[in-house]
Amino acid sequence: MMRWAGALVAQFEGEPVIRWQWIADHLDEVWARGVQHVVLTSSSVAIGLAIAFPLAVVASRRRWTIAPITWVSGILYTIPSFAFIFLLLPVTGLSLRTVVIPLIAYSILILFRNTLAGLDAVEADVKEAAVGMGLSARQLLWRVEVPLAMPVIIAGVRIATVSAISLVTIAALIGRGGFGQFILEGINEFFPTPLLLGVVLSVALAVLADLLLLGLQRLVTPWAAGAGLRTVAV
Amino acid sequence: MTAMISLESVEKRYAGTATAAVGDLTLEIDEGETVALVGPSGCGKTTTLKMINRLIEPTGGRIVLDGTNVLEQDPVQLRRGIGYVIQQTGLLPHRTIRQNIATVPNLVAWDDARTAARIDELLEIFDLVPELLDRYPAELSGGQRQRVGVARALAADPPVMLMDEPFAAVDPIVRARLQDQFLDIQARLGKTIVFVTHDVDEAIKLSDRMAILNVGGVLEQFAPPETVLREPANDFVREFVGAERGLKRLALIKVGDIEIEDGPVVAPTASVDEARRAVDAAGFGWVSVVDDGELLGWVDRDEFEGCTTVEEATPRPFSAYVTERDSLRQALDSIVTSRTAVAVVVSEGQRYRGVLTLERISKEIVA
Repeated sequence: MMRWAGALVAQFEGEPVIRWQWIADHLDEVWARGVQHVVLTSSSVAIGLAIAFPLAVVASRRRWTIAPITWVSGILYTIPSFAFIFLLLPVTGLSLRTVVIPLIAYSILILFRNTLAGLDAVEADVKEAAVGMGLSARQLLWRVEVPLAMPVIIAGVRIATVSAISLVTIAALIGRGGFGQFILEGINEFFPTPLLLGVVLSVALAVLADLLLLGLQRLVTPWAAGAGLRTVAV
Repeated sequence: MTAMISLESVEKRYAGTATAAVGDLTLEIDEGETVALVGPSGCGKTTTLKMINRLIEPTGGRIVLDGTNVLEQDPVQLRRGIGYVIQQTGLLPHRTIRQNIATVPNLVAWDDARTAARIDELLEIFDLVPELLDRYPAELSGGQRQRVGVARALAADPPVMLMDEPFAAVDPIVRARLQDQFLDIQARLGKTIVFVTHDVDEAIKLSDRMAILNVGGVLEQFAPPETVLREPANDFVREFVGAERGLKRLALIKVGDIEIEDGPVVAPTASVDEARRAVDAAGFGWVSVVDDGELLGWVDRDEFEGCTTVEEATPRPFSAYVTERDSLRQALDSIVTSRTAVAVVVSEGQRYRGVLTLERISKEIVA
């Protein structure tokens, strides 16, 4: 590793930090890898949520399931990511699944915990009044608990998305890393332009995704925005 | 009167506990009646209330609501037909006031026009301004939220309403106002209401009958507040309703309910001699001046010195009056704070009705 780093510095000498012309010549690739990055990230977070959400609903009703679910998803979370990808190679080959499965696995713990925290934070008196008025268990979940848990659930989606965007780059190792391909290219060819491009684009994508989700969070919780601002006397 | 809600030997036991939360409770609540469930903590009053709409499932006995055993009904359908109000209001924070009030109408699939018309009606009944409708609960004051909570419970016009400590979360001034409004609304709507309170005074003020429960849901007395105060069934009830039983009873009796004394009265044109005779006959040391039924004020005996008619002595206004709608407790307050040591009773337009003395009121206390 140290030798490589030394060689890298030596190789980079004399090379400009950015060759703009190279970027201009590779715009097609930037677009294609961007699409791949977005697809990998969004599909893994979406599938992760599809798994974590029902688990959190079950956990909020059957408290004893919290420990085993947290334990299993915690173990998945701690598997080193590129080891995970290589372990899957014999099973799923070089397909997208090899990337998406680890990404899903990492997102589950975050999404499960946040969804459960969101559901748990819905005040008992609100739930009691809702049930007392005649909402069924299903109506209570979808009309009361989920909307009220939404800020915390989306906060979880934001964390899961940002970490997935960063993790996708690792999948460049099997040729499916989105912007990570540029990073790997830069490293392999001792060429700083794609390396920097890959880093800047993934960070930019993460920031953009975070802002979009924040906007979504505001959009679905209009009731939280004006709270306490307008109060008139009895 | 027919029973709207009957609890028949209702029991609630929790697994692993030696004593029942509610042992063997039988209670009949009439249609249009307001019943308070009161008692110390652990008496099962909230448990009892929540068994009626099956938020808590009884482990024994029957609860018959409007002729049907609630335990044989689908709990979700049952609850849509019963208004339910809780202490913290439980308004849905993510729904506007309009959506909150429309909760049950929407659940039972009223059309929009009917729901909108009902919301307008409820705004009027509860004295809420339409601007509130598009706000979220967090933007309302505590008193407004509480009124919306009750309005929401009444939205689909259920015959029965259950209230769990409905006014406990607001400050005393707002609480008194909400209680008065509750009485006005109940006088108009005539719902069958069961409410839980830990506050004896609230139960006395709001209920037609109060059920006083002891630990384990033991019914110690079930009677109108007046009866509970006058004839507490046992030492538990006596202790629970506390000191000042006499004063609390006075709060329940209206001035118009008892006979009042005429008191010393003269016309403004009367001679001083006549006025002195009236003063001496009553023994108050002063006399009311009444002109053709209208009360002008009062004059002390000493002030007639050097005058020929009552008018010349310039009658002074009374510092406080009571009307026939006021309670004897208010009349008592008026007596102890006035210089004349009586409560002067007037009706609309300062028409003189008579006086109430301390002796007269204490007769009611010992009665």
